Amino acid sequence: MIKQISVDERILSANDLAAAENRALLHQHSVHMVNVMAAPGSGKTCLLLAAIRGLKDQVRVGVIEGDIASDIDTVKMRQEGVPAVQINTGGGCHLDALQVRKALEQLPLDEIDLLFVENVGNLICPVGFDLGETTRMAIASIPEGDDKPLKYPSIFHKVDALVISKIDLLPYIAFDLPEYRRLVASIQPELRVFETSVVTGEGISAWVDWLRTLKA
Amino acid sequence: MHELAVTESIISVVERHAREAQAQRVLRIHLRIGELASIVDDSVQFYFDQLSPGTLAEGAQLVFERLPISLRCRACGHCWQPSAGDWTCPACGASKAALAGGNEFQIDHIEVE
Repeated sequence: MIKQISVDERILSANDLAAAENRALLHQHSVHMVNVMAAPGSGKTCLLLAAIRGLKDQVRVGVIEGDIASDIDTVKMRQEGVPAVQINTGGGCHLDALQVRKALEQLPLDEIDLLFVENVGNLICPVGFDLGETTRMAIASIPEGDDKPLKYPSIFHKVDALVISKIDLLPYIAFDLPEYRRLVASIQPELRVFETSVVTGEGISAWVDWLRTLKA
Repeated sequence: MHELAVTESIISVVERHAREAQAQRVLRIHLRIGELASIVDDSVQFYFDQLSPGTLAEGAQLVFERLPISLRCRACGHCWQPSAGDWTCPACGASKAALAGGNEFQIDHIEVE
């Protein structure tokens, strides 16, 4: 006999549960976690290094690095004197909450105020996986082109802040910045947007000032 | 491909519910997937065919209900479905869209015997 059973459960319910546990753990240790999502080559690592340099006198920063392979980004973070843990996904296109849990267990959480998670470079997959973060941030660089909000609305909808990187390249690339900002504002009216360049330093201090306010 | 992780989760949730119902096997799995979920049906089916043998879900049919992005303007109340990533209200021009649908990522129900 065929029976119909109501399930009505989120497909990623196991990840959601692990993320909720991460959130509780972080809250208990007064850590504010920022999930940083972006395409490969957007300048995530350079921006995070700039943030660490701007923050580290007042805010204790930690980093979880997600990459398919290698630990070169983690080495760079440690050279700045911040605790950093590498997650290698071995081909996986996103981080999940359980991988982050294992990384949290290796970090001195009582000595961290602001914890950045540098997700795997990808505009699609990381968006679906809650890690237990408090803030979600996307980075988008000028060379990626101004049509990304039209093609990938999901990431722009699901982040709290957007850092536009490499704005020093605007004179060389056909990128309609006002139209781009209009599109992202239409998708996420509450979005905070920062225009930055780590080369000229433009916009970095405004972004770092905002990050400082996140400190739990 | 996050479809692999998604498919593993589908099988795990479905098996738990099927076991609770003391079912012998799962015939159909009804999924509700919003357009914002960025999931490729064929890819989920491909992984499902690889991963389901030996589980209660072996041989089950995946039924995808696709839900479009639907928006409501917080300025004028207009409801619409955007064609691309420009969510400006076509009625009043405001950038105050609230998501009313398209974010679904659920297993709705299963058919078992």
